[in-house]
Amino acid sequence: MLAKRIIPCLDVDKGRVVKGKKFQNIQDVADPVELAQRYNQAGADELVFYDITASNEERDILADIVEKVAAEIAIPFTVGGGLRTVDDIHKILRSGADKVSVNSSAVENPQLIQQSALKFGSQCIVLSIDAKQTADNKWMVFTKGGRTNTGLDAIEWAKRGEELGAGEIVINAIDTDGEKNGYQLDLIKQLAEAVNIPIVASGGAGKLEHFSDVLQEGYADAALAASVFHYNEIPIPELKQYLQKKAINVRSEQSWR
Amino acid sequence: MIAIIDYGAGNIKSLQFALDKVGLSSVVTTESNVVQESKAIILPGVGAFNDAMEAIRSLGLAKILKEEAANGKPLLGICLGMQLFYETSYEDGRWEGLGLLKGAVSRITGDVKVPHIGWNTLDQHGNNAILRSINPEAYAYFVHSYAVTDYENQSLVASTLYGGTIPAVVQDKNITGMQFHPEKSGAVGLQLLKNFGEMIR
Repeated sequence: MLAKRIIPCLDVDKGRVVKGKKFQNIQDVADPVELAQRYNQAGADELVFYDITASNEERDILADIVEKVAAEIAIPFTVGGGLRTVDDIHKILRSGADKVSVNSSAVENPQLIQQSALKFGSQCIVLSIDAKQTADNKWMVFTKGGRTNTGLDAIEWAKRGEELGAGEIVINAIDTDGEKNGYQLDLIKQLAEAVNIPIVASGGAGKLEHFSDVLQEGYADAALAASVFHYNEIPIPELKQYLQKKAINVRSEQSWR
Repeated sequence: MIAIIDYGAGNIKSLQFALDKVGLSSVVTTESNVVQESKAIILPGVGAFNDAMEAIRSLGLAKILKEEAANGKPLLGICLGMQLFYETSYEDGRWEGLGLLKGAVSRITGDVKVPHIGWNTLDQHGNNAILRSINPEAYAYFVHSYAVTDYENQSLVASTLYGGTIPAVVQDKNITGMQFHPEKSGAVGLQLLKNFGEMIR
């Protein structure tokens, strides 16, 4: 039976892992390679790296960090941030990433999803969506670190992304991000019902039950979080035991020991 | 030395790193003579079936792989690499594979999301050296939209459930296939690669 995934997210800025609140007040946290190793040992199912400043400052992601991480860990990881062309994507995949995520660049150029999915396969193209609630039951896609409203409806954009060939969707709710009050269940549930590709929920994890809520009520296939893992507020082994008790299928202890 | 065939697709670096971790030396290559002189061959891969076959043919490696397989050299196909070992694929058309294993590849069916992405269980069918030290509770990391749907029952070493039964590990003498990514399956995957290494003399 397919397990629900627990994914620590590492926001990388100039080679360091950082964490902000609602995309602001960025704080320095740790070395990405060190943190990746720690999560691998703790039983994380996957890792996501976002080069958070890349799309603003038009910088390339440091391929050598990707390569170092690939050398250290034997679990899948996704890299995103500032990937604008098929060549950018190719470079990151060749450095050792398993998947890439596209966000602002896909909004600007939806063909990027299609071209890269055709070249590398849908399974390694992740569409990352930053969504902000603008009215009751209405979420819009925002880019540039949550500053620009694209005018695209988040659910419609996800459907379009699936049509274009994205293999997975990471949905980050800007309103709940960093608040630790739980995931944006309404949005995630609607999205999971609208598309037929895996949904990774992001933004708002603070307690154990937030994970079970989003994986059960939110129908998410995976739950992504950052600070609760970075500061060890929720150790991954404890989280997995909790989810197992809640009858959620997660990769068991035996297999990663 | 294990020859990893590089036909331009996929995350080969991670595979090399994983082999390093279990003490197996490898070389990434497209050269016929390197493939011929190797002790074992790994055919990795993600991407489209036909593109991969065309690349392998244009490198002149299809013939070499068939010869080496016939010579009894251990071959491991990973993900798409395993699918390429079969006779036919119905991925957006009808394509001829390497035909080292009898059977065919089709799109995953059933009421499930495609691609099949994530950690899934390995249901073991009998004792096989390739599964040595693998816990019955073990999970492996899968990422694929197509799967082997037609195969010889005796070749099925482990399977997983997703929509239906999906062959996860297959083996016919020196030919082994893994539908999941051992290089991405944590300690379980490393043990499987180590077990493959044991087949090499």
